[in-house]
Amino acid sequence: MLNSYIPVLVLAVLAAVLAVGMVVLSFLLGPKRPDQRKLSPYECGVTPVGSAREKFPVKFFLVAMLFIIFDVETIFLYPWAVTFKDAPKAVQAFNLIEMGVFIAILFVGYFYMLGTRALEWEESERAQPRRVQLSDVARKLEPASREEAVLPR
Amino acid sequence: METLLQNPWFVIPLRIVIVVGFVLTAVPVLVWVERRVLALMQIRKGPNRVGPAGLLQPIADGIKLFFKEDVLPEKVDRFIYFLAPAGFLIPVLCAPAVIPWGPDDRLTPIADVNIGILFLLAMTSLTVYGIILAGWSSNNKYSLLGGLRASAQTISYELAMGLSILSVVLLTGSLSMREMVLNQQGELGLLNWHVFRFFPLGLIATGIFLVAMLAETNRAPFDLPEAESELIAGYHTEYSSMKFAMFFMGEYASMVTISAVMVTLFFGGWLSPLPFAPFTWIPGPIWFLIKLGVFIYLFIWVRATLPRLRYDMLMKLGWLRLLPTALVNLFLVAVILWWRS
Repeated sequence: MLNSYIPVLVLAVLAAVLAVGMVVLSFLLGPKRPDQRKLSPYECGVTPVGSAREKFPVKFFLVAMLFIIFDVETIFLYPWAVTFKDAPKAVQAFNLIEMGVFIAILFVGYFYMLGTRALEWEESERAQPRRVQLSDVARKLEPASREEAVLPR
Repeated sequence: METLLQNPWFVIPLRIVIVVGFVLTAVPVLVWVERRVLALMQIRKGPNRVGPAGLLQPIADGIKLFFKEDVLPEKVDRFIYFLAPAGFLIPVLCAPAVIPWGPDDRLTPIADVNIGILFLLAMTSLTVYGIILAGWSSNNKYSLLGGLRASAQTISYELAMGLSILSVVLLTGSLSMREMVLNQQGELGLLNWHVFRFFPLGLIATGIFLVAMLAETNRAPFDLPEAESELIAGYHTEYSSMKFAMFFMGEYASMVTISAVMVTLFFGGWLSPLPFAPFTWIPGPIWFLIKLGVFIYLFIWVRATLPRLRYDMLMKLGWLRLLPTALVNLFLVAVILWWRS
């Protein structure tokens, strides 16, 4: 049973040797000519502003939490899916109803998640350019507004 | 030969050489194909100087990268900075261990474990650690943002991917990838493949897997983690020399792996599309490679065709479209399976 995992172990050890070997080799082989500018954080050649250890949007953390909840539920479906096909028809019907209830509960949680606006990335929505209306263009073309623009207050 | 193939001390290294050797040789070829095809699609020439038709270009690049300066920026968290590329490459190389490349079970897969597809999902999830550690330890704003984006995107699309795989598990009744291929064998040939099962349910599952596989490998149009116009290179901005090449290699190797998973799950693995004479003469592994090539070409084609998504659209596509569709699709597959039994 566990014997079938021995090749995976061998492969993992080999992959680790390869990966560590590449890191070490590139460290040893390349030239070393460090200077102050080269070692500073890369920000398109401009002097770095502030630190990278800053706050980041909590949304990313929220997505991770949601993932854990939904992924556990997905994994819970796997044993059900494996045993479904070979079961007798009556048992299959029971399994089907049971899983229907499970997926329904999952959807309740899903709609709750949507209700809490957990997936609304408001920041990016606010940054979206405003739709240009035809009336805006017409107003710009009016002679009164053009005078306004030309004459400084 | 027969006795040699019974000997585990000979067979296990042989299998590893076949699979990992193939994946690692496929990477430079893939890089060359991608650069040439992209160039042709944009009416350029692409690399054509090093070797015939530029074929040696990726090798020249690799050798050059080995001898480039390995910059160690002063503000990085050293231990994690060195650990991250290895932490990314190891699971990527371990993932193809469970994929059967041909009908001979003595040569592939490396390990025919009974949880096959779960092992693969676990390995592809582990690569997120390498990415987020690289982004955080670099102490660079672009890297941090790239790492965060990559991890949020990968875990979001993994849900849809896991659920679309579940329909295949339902149809097969097993998690072993060899069983999944054998389940698609039949007199109808390609109509027996999981894509065309319970039309259009199999097709929907395949579509969801296709989108999720582009997002999982951070490829265009889901390449926000490395959007070069806003994040330079994302999580590997601060990496140079071979450590950069490891991220690069890992990304292309995971493209090969995930295409192989696609072929195995939905497109009949090594089976020939038509089960009669001229087609069955071509051996299974060749069919596998042909199908693999089609999907890898698709990766490049999509990159040349589609523009990058905005971040909120990306998250909405994953959570609001793919996830509920996959759940409903899964339930319908179960209903039809029960109806027909």
